[in-house]
Amino acid sequence: MSVIGKYFIFLGTLFGKGEKLSVYWRRLMEECVGIGVSSIFIVAIVSTFIGAVSCIQTAYNLVSPIIPISTVALIVRDMEILELAPTITCIVLAGKVGSNIASELGTMRITEQIDALEVMGINSSSYLVLPKVVAAMLTFPMLVIFSAFLGILGGYLAGTLTGVITERDYLYGIRDSFVPYNIFFMCVKPFVFGFLIASISSFKGFFTSGGALEVGKASTQAVTNSCISILVADYLLAQLLL
Amino acid sequence: MIEINNISKAFNGKEVLKGISAQFQKGETNLIIGGSGTGKSVLLKCMIGLVKPDEGNVLYNGRDFYHCDKDTQQSIRREMGVLFQGGALFDSKTVEENVRFPLDMLTTQSTEEKRERVAFCLQRVGLEQAAKRMPSEISGGMKKRVGIARAIVMNPAYLFCDEPNSGLDPLTSVKIDELIKEITEEYQITTIIITHDMNSVMEIGQNIMFLYQGHKLWEGVNTDITKTDVPELKEFLFSNKLLREMQE
Repeated sequence: MSVIGKYFIFLGTLFGKGEKLSVYWRRLMEECVGIGVSSIFIVAIVSTFIGAVSCIQTAYNLVSPIIPISTVALIVRDMEILELAPTITCIVLAGKVGSNIASELGTMRITEQIDALEVMGINSSSYLVLPKVVAAMLTFPMLVIFSAFLGILGGYLAGTLTGVITERDYLYGIRDSFVPYNIFFMCVKPFVFGFLIASISSFKGFFTSGGALEVGKASTQAVTNSCISILVADYLLAQLLL
Repeated sequence: MIEINNISKAFNGKEVLKGISAQFQKGETNLIIGGSGTGKSVLLKCMIGLVKPDEGNVLYNGRDFYHCDKDTQQSIRREMGVLFQGGALFDSKTVEENVRFPLDMLTTQSTEEKRERVAFCLQRVGLEQAAKRMPSEISGGMKKRVGIARAIVMNPAYLFCDEPNSGLDPLTSVKIDELIKEITEEYQITTIIITHDMNSVMEIGQNIMFLYQGHKLWEGVNTDITKTDVPELKEFLFSNKLLREMQE
Protein backbone atom coordinates (compact mmCIF):
# COMPACT_ATOMS: atom_id res chain seq x y z
CA MET A 1 0.00 0.00 0.00
CA SER A 2 2.84 2.39 0.82
CA VAL A 3 4.25 1.88 -2.69
CA ILE A 4 0.87 2.77 -4.21
CA GLY A 5 0.69 5.84 -1.99
CA LYS A 6 4.22 6.84 -3.02
CA TYR A 7 3.22 6.36 -6.68
CA PHE A 8 0.28 8.76 -6.35
CA ILE A 9 2.43 11.32 -4.49
CA PHE A 10 4.95 10.97 -7.32
CA LEU A 11 2.18 11.64 -9.87
CA GLY A 12 1.26 14.75 -7.88
CA THR A 13 4.83 16.09 -8.16
CA LEU A 14 4.60 15.96 -11.96
CA PHE A 15 2.14 18.83 -11.83
CA GLY A 16 4.04 20.85 -9.20
CA LYS A 17 5.97 24.00 -9.99
CA GLY A 18 7.19 23.54 -13.54
CA GLU A 19 9.53 25.18 -16.00
CA LYS A 20 9.03 27.40 -19.06
CA LEU A 21 6.49 26.11 -21.63
CA SER A 22 9.13 26.22 -24.37
CA VAL A 23 11.25 23.80 -22.32
CA TYR A 24 8.34 21.36 -22.04
CA TRP A 25 7.53 21.66 -25.74
CA ARG A 26 11.12 20.79 -26.69
CA ARG A 27 11.18 17.90 -24.22
CA LEU A 28 7.81 16.62 -25.49
CA MET A 29 9.04 16.57 -29.08
CA GLU A 30 12.19 14.69 -28.02
CA GLU A 31 10.12 12.14 -26.14
CA CYS A 32 7.60 11.71 -28.97
CA VAL A 33 10.52 10.76 -31.21
CA GLY A 34 12.12 8.56 -28.54
CA ILE A 35 8.93 6.80 -27.50
CA GLY A 36 6.78 6.90 -30.62
CA VAL A 37 8.83 7.15 -33.78
CA SER A 38 11.51 4.73 -32.60
CA SER A 39 8.81 2.12 -31.87
CA ILE A 40 7.34 2.07 -35.39
CA PHE A 41 9.56 -0.73 -36.66
CA ILE A 42 8.86 -3.21 -33.84
CA VAL A 43 5.13 -2.39 -33.92
CA ALA A 44 5.06 -2.92 -37.69
CA ILE A 45 6.77 -6.31 -37.48
CA VAL A 46 4.68 -7.61 -34.57
CA SER A 47 1.37 -6.35 -35.97
CA THR A 48 1.83 -7.69 -39.48
CA PHE A 49 2.71 -11.17 -38.27
CA ILE A 50 -0.03 -11.26 -35.64
CA GLY A 51 -2.58 -10.28 -38.31
CA ALA A 52 -1.22 -12.92 -40.66
CA VAL A 53 -1.29 -15.65 -38.02
CA SER A 54 -4.80 -14.63 -36.88
CA CYS A 55 -6.09 -15.02 -40.43
CA ILE A 56 -4.51 -18.42 -41.01
CA GLN A 57 -5.57 -19.84 -37.62
CA THR A 58 -9.11 -18.48 -37.84
CA ALA A 59 -9.51 -19.99 -41.28
CA TYR A 60 -8.15 -23.30 -39.97
CA ASN A 61 -10.81 -23.37 -37.25
CA LEU A 62 -13.70 -22.22 -39.44
CA VAL A 63 -14.43 -25.34 -41.40
CA SER A 64 -18.22 -25.24 -41.31
CA PRO A 65 -19.89 -24.98 -44.73
CA ILE A 66 -22.68 -22.81 -43.28
CA ILE A 67 -20.27 -20.04 -42.24
CA PRO A 68 -19.14 -17.86 -45.12
CA ILE A 69 -15.37 -17.60 -45.58
CA SER A 70 -15.59 -13.80 -45.39
CA THR A 71 -16.22 -14.31 -41.65
CA VAL A 72 -12.46 -14.95 -41.32
CA ALA A 73 -11.75 -11.33 -42.33
CA LEU A 74 -14.50 -10.06 -40.02
CA ILE A 75 -12.98 -11.96 -37.08
CA VAL A 76 -9.46 -10.74 -37.93
CA ARG A 77 -10.74 -7.18 -38.10
CA ASP A 78 -12.60 -7.31 -34.80
CA MET A 79 -9.78 -9.14 -33.02
CA GLU A 80 -7.31 -6.55 -34.26
CA ILE A 81 -9.45 -3.55 -33.37
CA LEU A 82 -10.77 -4.75 -30.04
CA GLU A 83 -7.81 -6.58 -28.57
CA LEU A 84 -4.74 -7.43 -30.57
CA ALA A 85 -3.78 -3.97 -31.79
CA PRO A 86 -4.33 -2.07 -28.53
CA THR A 87 -3.41 -4.68 -25.93
CA ILE A 88 -0.69 -6.76 -27.58
CA THR A 89 0.96 -3.69 -29.08
CA CYS A 90 0.98 -1.98 -25.70
CA ILE A 91 2.42 -5.07 -24.02
CA VAL A 92 5.20 -5.03 -26.61
CA LEU A 93 5.64 -1.31 -25.95
CA ALA A 94 5.73 -1.95 -22.20
CA GLY A 95 8.78 -4.12 -22.87
CA LYS A 96 10.49 -1.68 -25.18
CA VAL A 97 9.48 1.74 -23.88
CA GLY A 98 8.96 0.77 -20.22
CA SER A 99 12.38 -0.78 -19.79
CA ASN A 100 13.96 2.12 -21.65
CA ILE A 101 12.32 4.73 -19.41
CA ALA A 102 13.14 2.86 -16.18
CA SER A 103 16.75 2.25 -17.09
CA GLU A 104 17.25 5.82 -18.34
CA LEU A 105 15.86 7.39 -15.17
CA GLY A 106 17.52 4.77 -12.95
CA THR A 107 20.89 5.52 -14.48
CA MET A 108 20.28 9.25 -14.13
CA ARG A 109 19.46 8.70 -10.46
CA ILE A 110 22.52 6.62 -9.60
CA THR A 111 24.87 8.92 -11.52
CA GLU A 112 23.48 11.94 -9.61
CA GLN A 113 22.07 13.61 -12.74
CA ILE A 114 18.66 13.90 -11.03
CA ASP A 115 20.35 15.37 -7.94
CA ALA A 116 22.06 17.90 -10.21
CA LEU A 117 18.65 18.99 -11.53
CA GLU A 118 17.20 19.27 -8.05
CA VAL A 119 20.12 21.32 -6.77
CA MET A 120 19.55 23.77 -9.64
CA GLY A 121 16.01 24.21 -8.33
CA ILE A 122 14.41 22.36 -11.26
CA ASN A 123 11.37 20.17 -10.58
CA SER A 124 13.15 17.02 -11.76
CA SER A 125 10.10 14.76 -11.88
CA SER A 126 8.10 17.28 -13.87
CA TYR A 127 10.99 18.07 -16.21
CA LEU A 128 11.96 14.45 -16.85
CA VAL A 129 8.76 12.45 -16.44
CA LEU A 130 5.82 14.63 -17.51
CA PRO A 131 6.96 14.87 -21.16
CA LYS A 132 7.41 11.08 -21.23
CA VAL A 133 3.90 10.47 -19.92
CA VAL A 134 2.29 12.96 -22.30
CA ALA A 135 4.35 11.65 -25.24
CA ALA A 136 3.24 8.09 -24.50
CA MET A 137 -0.42 9.15 -24.25
CA LEU A 138 -0.15 10.94 -27.59
CA THR A 139 1.90 8.47 -29.60
CA PHE A 140 0.52 5.14 -28.36
CA PRO A 141 -2.95 5.67 -29.93
CA MET A 142 -1.23 6.53 -33.22
CA LEU A 143 0.92 3.41 -33.01
CA VAL A 144 -2.15 1.31 -32.24
CA ILE A 145 -4.06 2.68 -35.25
CA PHE A 146 -1.02 1.89 -37.37
CA SER A 147 -0.83 -1.55 -35.77
CA ALA A 148 -4.51 -2.33 -36.50
CA PHE A 149 -4.06 -1.28 -40.11
CA LEU A 150 -0.96 -3.46 -40.53
CA GLY A 151 -2.60 -6.37 -38.71
CA ILE A 152 -5.55 -6.35 -41.08
CA LEU A 153 -3.15 -5.94 -44.01
CA GLY A 154 -1.07 -8.86 -42.69
CA GLY A 155 -4.21 -11.00 -42.57
CA TYR A 156 -5.04 -10.00 -46.12
CA LEU A 157 -1.57 -10.86 -47.40
CA ALA A 158 -1.39 -14.18 -45.55
CA GLY A 159 -4.94 -15.15 -46.52
CA THR A 160 -4.76 -14.27 -50.19
CA LEU A 161 -1.18 -15.41 -50.80
CA THR A 162 -1.85 -18.85 -49.29
CA GLY A 163 -5.27 -19.15 -50.97
CA VAL A 164 -7.15 -19.46 -47.67
CA ILE A 165 -9.47 -16.62 -48.64
CA THR A 166 -10.01 -14.67 -51.83
CA GLU A 167 -9.29 -10.96 -52.07
CA ARG A 168 -12.99 -10.29 -52.67
CA ASP A 169 -14.12 -12.27 -49.60
CA TYR A 170 -11.51 -10.61 -47.39
CA LEU A 171 -12.44 -7.09 -48.46
CA TYR A 172 -16.13 -7.93 -48.03
CA GLY A 173 -15.48 -9.43 -44.58
CA ILE A 174 -13.55 -6.47 -43.17
CA ARG A 175 -16.41 -4.11 -44.16
CA ASP A 176 -19.22 -6.39 -42.97
CA SER A 177 -21.06 -5.46 -39.71
CA PHE A 178 -18.56 -2.74 -38.92
CA VAL A 179 -19.16 -0.92 -35.61
CA PRO A 180 -17.48 2.54 -35.64
CA TYR A 181 -17.64 2.72 -31.83
CA ASN A 182 -14.99 -0.03 -31.72
CA ILE A 183 -12.48 2.42 -33.22
CA PHE A 184 -13.13 4.83 -30.37
CA PHE A 185 -12.69 1.95 -27.91
CA MET A 186 -9.45 0.98 -29.64
CA CYS A 187 -8.09 4.53 -29.21
CA VAL A 188 -9.10 4.87 -25.56
CA LYS A 189 -7.12 1.79 -24.55
CA PRO A 190 -3.63 2.93 -25.66
CA PHE A 191 -4.31 6.37 -24.20
CA VAL A 192 -4.80 4.73 -20.78
CA PHE A 193 -2.07 2.12 -21.30
CA GLY A 194 0.40 4.81 -22.39
CA PHE A 195 -0.19 6.68 -19.17
CA LEU A 196 0.23 3.50 -17.11
CA ILE A 197 3.40 2.32 -18.87
CA ALA A 198 5.14 5.70 -18.82
CA SER A 199 4.18 6.61 -15.25
CA ILE A 200 4.88 3.20 -13.69
CA SER A 201 8.21 2.84 -15.49
CA SER A 202 9.20 6.39 -14.57
CA PHE A 203 8.24 5.74 -10.95
CA LYS A 204 10.38 2.60 -10.85
CA GLY A 205 13.34 4.32 -12.50
CA PHE A 206 13.07 7.58 -10.59
CA PHE A 207 13.39 5.93 -7.18
CA THR A 208 16.19 3.53 -8.06
CA SER A 209 18.99 3.44 -5.52
CA GLY A 210 22.22 1.50 -5.58
CA GLY A 211 24.06 0.55 -8.73
CA ALA A 212 23.81 -1.19 -12.07
CA LEU A 213 22.15 -4.26 -10.54
CA GLU A 214 19.32 -2.12 -9.12
CA VAL A 215 18.85 -0.37 -12.45
CA GLY A 216 18.37 -3.79 -14.06
CA LYS A 217 15.89 -4.78 -11.33
CA ALA A 218 13.98 -1.51 -11.72
CA SER A 219 13.78 -2.09 -15.45
CA THR A 220 12.43 -5.62 -14.99
CA GLN A 221 9.91 -4.47 -12.38
CA ALA A 222 8.81 -1.64 -14.65
CA VAL A 223 7.97 -4.09 -17.45
CA THR A 224 6.30 -6.61 -15.13
CA ASN A 225 4.19 -4.02 -13.31
CA SER A 226 3.28 -2.26 -16.55
CA CYS A 227 2.09 -5.53 -18.13
CA ILE A 228 -0.01 -6.40 -15.09
CA SER A 229 -1.55 -2.93 -15.01
CA ILE A 230 -2.31 -3.13 -18.74
CA LEU A 231 -4.18 -6.43 -18.29
CA VAL A 232 -6.17 -5.13 -15.31
CA ALA A 233 -6.98 -1.87 -17.09
CA ASP A 234 -7.91 -3.82 -20.24
CA TYR A 235 -10.51 -5.79 -18.29
CA LEU A 236 -11.87 -2.68 -16.54
CA LEU A 237 -12.14 -0.73 -19.79
CA ALA A 238 -13.92 -3.62 -21.48
CA GLN A 239 -16.40 -3.76 -18.59
CA LEU A 240 -16.93 -0.01 -18.58
CA LEU A 241 -17.03 0.83 -22.26
CA LEU A 242 -18.53 -2.22 -24.00
CA MET B 1 29.28 32.93 4.33
CA ILE B 2 27.63 29.62 5.13
CA GLU B 3 26.83 28.73 8.71
CA ILE B 4 25.59 25.34 9.86
CA ASN B 5 24.17 24.95 13.34
CA ASN B 6 23.70 21.72 15.22
CA ILE B 7 23.03 19.55 12.15
CA SER B 8 21.87 16.03 13.02
CA LYS B 9 20.64 13.31 10.71
CA ALA B 10 19.69 9.69 11.26
CA PHE B 11 18.68 7.00 8.75
CA ASN B 12 16.50 4.16 10.07
CA GLY B 13 17.46 5.03 13.63
CA LYS B 14 21.19 5.10 12.87
CA GLU B 15 22.68 8.51 13.61
CA VAL B 16 24.93 9.65 10.78
CA LEU B 17 25.47 13.26 11.82
CA LYS B 18 25.48 14.38 15.43
CA GLY B 19 25.15 18.09 16.16
CA ILE B 20 27.59 19.49 13.59
CA SER B 21 28.16 23.25 13.65
CA ALA B 22 30.60 25.25 11.57
CA GLN B 23 31.15 28.43 9.60
CA PHE B 24 32.54 28.58 6.08
CA GLN B 25 33.96 31.91 4.97
CA LYS B 26 33.68 33.67 1.63
CA GLY B 27 36.70 33.42 -0.67
CA GLU B 28 38.13 30.40 1.19
CA THR B 29 38.42 26.77 0.23
CA ASN B 30 36.78 24.95 3.12
CA LEU B 31 37.50 21.24 3.30
CA ILE B 32 35.46 18.56 5.03
CA ILE B 33 37.61 15.48 5.52
CA GLY B 34 37.16 12.11 7.16
CA GLY B 35 37.14 8.41 6.45
CA SER B 36 34.48 6.59 4.44
CA GLY B 37 31.07 6.44 6.13
CA THR B 38 31.72 9.32 8.51
CA GLY B 39 28.86 11.42 7.12
CA LYS B 40 30.72 13.87 4.88
CA SER B 41 28.50 13.40 1.86
CA VAL B 42 25.34 13.41 4.00
CA LEU B 43 26.47 16.72 5.50
CA LEU B 44 27.03 18.12 2.01
CA LYS B 45 23.59 16.89 0.93
CA CYS B 46 22.07 18.54 4.00
CA MET B 47 23.73 21.81 3.02
CA ILE B 48 22.57 21.75 -0.61
CA GLY B 49 19.03 20.65 0.18
CA LEU B 50 19.10 17.08 -1.12
CA VAL B 51 18.67 15.59 2.37
CA LYS B 52 16.71 17.43 5.03
CA PRO B 53 18.44 17.34 8.42
CA ASP B 54 16.44 16.07 11.40
CA GLU B 55 17.69 18.98 13.49
CA GLY B 56 19.62 22.18 12.98
CA ASN B 57 19.73 24.81 10.30
CA VAL B 58 21.85 25.96 7.38
CA LEU B 59 22.29 29.70 6.92
CA TYR B 60 23.35 31.28 3.64
CA ASN B 61 24.40 34.83 4.48
CA GLY B 62 21.88 34.73 7.30
CA ARG B 63 19.05 33.18 5.27
CA ASP B 64 17.85 29.93 6.83
CA PHE B 65 17.59 27.45 3.95
CA TYR B 66 15.14 25.08 5.63
CA HIS B 67 12.98 27.68 7.35
CA CYS B 68 12.38 30.23 4.62
CA ASP B 69 9.72 30.66 1.96
CA LYS B 70 9.96 28.81 -1.37
CA ASP B 71 11.09 31.88 -3.31
CA THR B 72 14.01 32.53 -0.95
CA GLN B 73 14.94 28.85 -1.08
CA GLN B 74 14.84 28.99 -4.86
CA SER B 75 17.03 32.09 -4.95
CA ILE B 76 19.55 30.41 -2.61
CA ARG B 77 19.59 27.37 -4.91
CA ARG B 78 20.37 29.61 -7.86
CA GLU B 79 23.40 30.94 -6.00
CA MET B 80 24.78 27.41 -5.60
CA GLY B 81 27.09 25.54 -7.93
CA VAL B 82 27.66 21.85 -7.27
CA LEU B 83 30.35 19.59 -8.63
CA PHE B 84 29.21 16.00 -8.10
CA GLN B 85 31.59 13.12 -7.57
CA GLY B 86 31.13 11.63 -11.05
CA GLY B 87 30.51 14.97 -12.72
CA ALA B 88 26.76 14.19 -13.11
CA LEU B 89 26.84 15.39 -16.70
CA PHE B 90 23.72 14.78 -18.78
CA ASP B 91 24.62 11.89 -21.09
CA SER B 92 22.35 13.00 -23.92
CA LYS B 93 23.84 16.50 -24.14
CA THR B 94 27.18 17.71 -25.47
CA VAL B 95 29.73 19.38 -23.20
CA GLU B 96 28.53 22.78 -24.41
CA GLU B 97 24.86 21.93 -23.85
CA ASN B 98 25.67 20.63 -20.37
CA VAL B 99 27.33 23.91 -19.42
CA ARG B 100 24.54 25.94 -21.04
CA PHE B 101 21.78 23.93 -19.36
CA PRO B 102 21.37 26.09 -16.19
CA LEU B 103 21.26 29.22 -18.38
CA ASP B 104 18.58 27.67 -20.61
CA MET B 105 16.49 26.60 -17.66
CA LEU B 106 16.91 29.43 -15.22
CA THR B 107 17.63 32.62 -17.14
CA THR B 108 16.12 34.70 -19.90
CA GLN B 109 19.46 35.53 -21.50
CA SER B 110 19.69 35.79 -25.27
CA THR B 111 21.31 33.01 -27.29
CA GLU B 112 24.34 35.22 -27.91
CA GLU B 113 24.77 36.02 -24.19
CA LYS B 114 24.52 32.33 -23.32
CA ARG B 115 27.02 31.39 -26.04
CA GLU B 116 29.51 33.93 -24.72
CA ARG B 117 29.07 32.84 -21.11
CA VAL B 118 29.46 29.14 -21.99
CA ALA B 119 32.55 29.87 -24.10
CA PHE B 120 34.04 31.87 -21.21
CA CYS B 121 33.40 29.09 -18.66
CA LEU B 122 34.79 26.39 -20.96
CA GLN B 123 37.83 28.52 -21.65
CA ARG B 124 38.23 29.07 -17.89
CA VAL B 125 38.50 25.31 -17.32
CA GLY B 126 40.58 24.80 -20.47
CA LEU B 127 38.01 22.84 -22.44
CA GLU B 128 37.03 25.15 -25.29
CA GLN B 129 38.15 22.48 -27.77
CA ALA B 130 35.82 19.85 -26.28
CA ALA B 131 32.60 21.87 -26.56
CA LYS B 132 30.98 19.65 -29.19
CA ARG B 133 31.98 16.33 -27.63
CA MET B 134 29.65 14.05 -25.70
CA PRO B 135 30.38 13.19 -22.02
CA SER B 136 31.09 9.58 -23.08
CA GLU B 137 33.89 10.84 -25.32
CA ILE B 138 35.90 12.68 -22.67
CA SER B 139 38.13 11.53 -19.80
CA GLY B 140 37.27 11.52 -16.08
CA GLY B 141 39.36 14.63 -15.45
CA MET B 142 37.67 16.46 -18.32
CA LYS B 143 34.26 15.48 -16.95
CA LYS B 144 35.17 17.05 -13.62
CA ARG B 145 36.27 20.21 -15.40
CA VAL B 146 33.01 20.32 -17.37
CA GLY B 147 31.23 19.85 -14.03
CA ILE B 148 33.14 22.85 -12.66
CA ALA B 149 32.28 24.90 -15.75
CA ARG B 150 28.59 24.02 -15.30
CA ALA B 151 28.80 24.83 -11.59
CA ILE B 152 30.24 28.32 -12.20
CA VAL B 153 28.18 29.24 -15.27
CA MET B 154 25.52 30.97 -13.13
CA ASN B 155 28.14 32.97 -11.17
CA PRO B 156 27.51 31.10 -7.93
CA ALA B 157 28.13 32.57 -4.51
CA TYR B 158 28.58 29.08 -3.06
CA LEU B 159 30.48 26.20 -4.66
CA PHE B 160 30.20 22.64 -3.37
CA CYS B 161 32.52 19.90 -4.59
CA ASP B 162 31.98 16.26 -3.66
CA GLU B 163 35.31 14.46 -3.88
CA PRO B 164 36.59 16.38 -6.90
CA ASN B 165 39.75 14.25 -7.08
CA SER B 166 38.28 10.77 -6.84
CA GLY B 167 39.37 8.50 -9.66
CA LEU B 168 41.91 10.96 -11.03
CA ASP B 169 45.65 10.63 -11.43
CA PRO B 170 47.79 12.78 -9.08
CA LEU B 171 48.70 15.33 -11.74
CA THR B 172 45.08 15.89 -12.81
CA SER B 173 44.06 16.04 -9.14
CA VAL B 174 46.50 18.88 -8.53
CA LYS B 175 45.19 20.74 -11.60
CA ILE B 176 41.58 20.36 -10.43
CA ASP B 177 42.52 21.59 -6.93
CA GLU B 178 44.35 24.59 -8.35
CA LEU B 179 41.42 25.40 -10.60
CA ILE B 180 38.94 25.29 -7.71
CA LYS B 181 41.20 27.47 -5.54
CA GLU B 182 41.71 29.99 -8.34
CA ILE B 183 38.00 30.23 -9.03
CA THR B 184 37.22 30.57 -5.33
CA GLU B 185 39.63 33.45 -4.88
CA GLU B 186 38.92 35.11 -8.22
CA TYR B 187 35.14 35.25 -7.76
CA GLN B 188 35.12 35.37 -3.94
CA ILE B 189 33.01 32.21 -3.69
CA THR B 190 32.37 30.27 -0.49
CA THR B 191 33.71 26.87 -1.50
CA ILE B 192 33.17 23.63 0.40
CA ILE B 193 35.05 20.53 -0.69
CA ILE B 194 34.49 16.99 0.52
CA THR B 195 37.70 15.06 0.11
CA HIS B 196 39.91 12.18 1.21
CA ASP B 197 42.84 13.50 -0.72
CA MET B 198 45.74 14.46 1.54
CA ASN B 199 47.36 16.49 -1.20
CA SER B 200 44.23 18.67 -1.38
CA VAL B 201 44.29 19.02 2.39
CA MET B 202 47.86 20.28 2.38
CA GLU B 203 47.64 22.42 -0.77
CA ILE B 204 44.27 24.16 -0.67
CA GLY B 205 42.83 23.52 2.80
CA GLN B 206 42.33 27.04 4.14
CA ASN B 207 39.75 25.85 6.64
CA ILE B 208 39.52 22.14 7.41
CA MET B 209 36.87 20.23 9.34
CA PHE B 210 37.50 16.61 10.33
CA LEU B 211 34.49 14.34 10.79
CA TYR B 212 34.63 11.06 12.67
CA GLN B 213 31.59 8.81 13.14
CA GLY B 214 29.24 11.71 12.58
CA HIS B 215 31.00 14.06 15.02
CA LYS B 216 33.19 17.05 14.28
CA LEU B 217 36.46 16.20 15.99
CA TRP B 218 38.77 18.91 14.72
CA GLU B 219 38.72 22.20 12.84
CA GLY B 220 41.60 24.37 11.73
CA VAL B 221 43.97 25.32 8.91
CA ASN B 222 46.29 23.09 6.90
CA THR B 223 49.44 24.40 8.59
CA ASP B 224 48.18 23.15 11.95
CA ILE B 225 46.70 19.84 10.95
CA THR B 226 49.89 17.81 11.17
CA LYS B 227 50.46 19.08 14.71
CA THR B 228 47.14 17.72 15.91
CA ASP B 229 46.93 15.51 18.97
CA VAL B 230 43.48 14.11 18.09
CA PRO B 231 44.29 10.39 17.74
CA GLU B 232 41.55 9.71 15.14
CA LEU B 233 42.79 12.57 12.95
CA LYS B 234 46.40 11.45 13.35
CA GLU B 235 45.42 7.96 12.31
CA PHE B 236 43.57 9.35 9.29
CA LEU B 237 46.39 11.67 8.26
CA PHE B 238 49.21 9.22 8.68
CA SER B 239 47.50 6.11 7.38
CA ASN B 240 49.88 6.35 4.42
CA LYS B 241 53.19 4.62 5.18
CA LEU B 242 55.25 7.27 3.45
CA LEU B 243 53.62 10.09 5.42
CA ARG B 244 54.06 8.13 8.64
CA GLU B 245 57.76 7.72 7.96
CA MET B 246 58.05 11.41 7.12
CA GLN B 247 56.34 12.31 10.38
CA GLU B 248 58.69 10.10 12.33
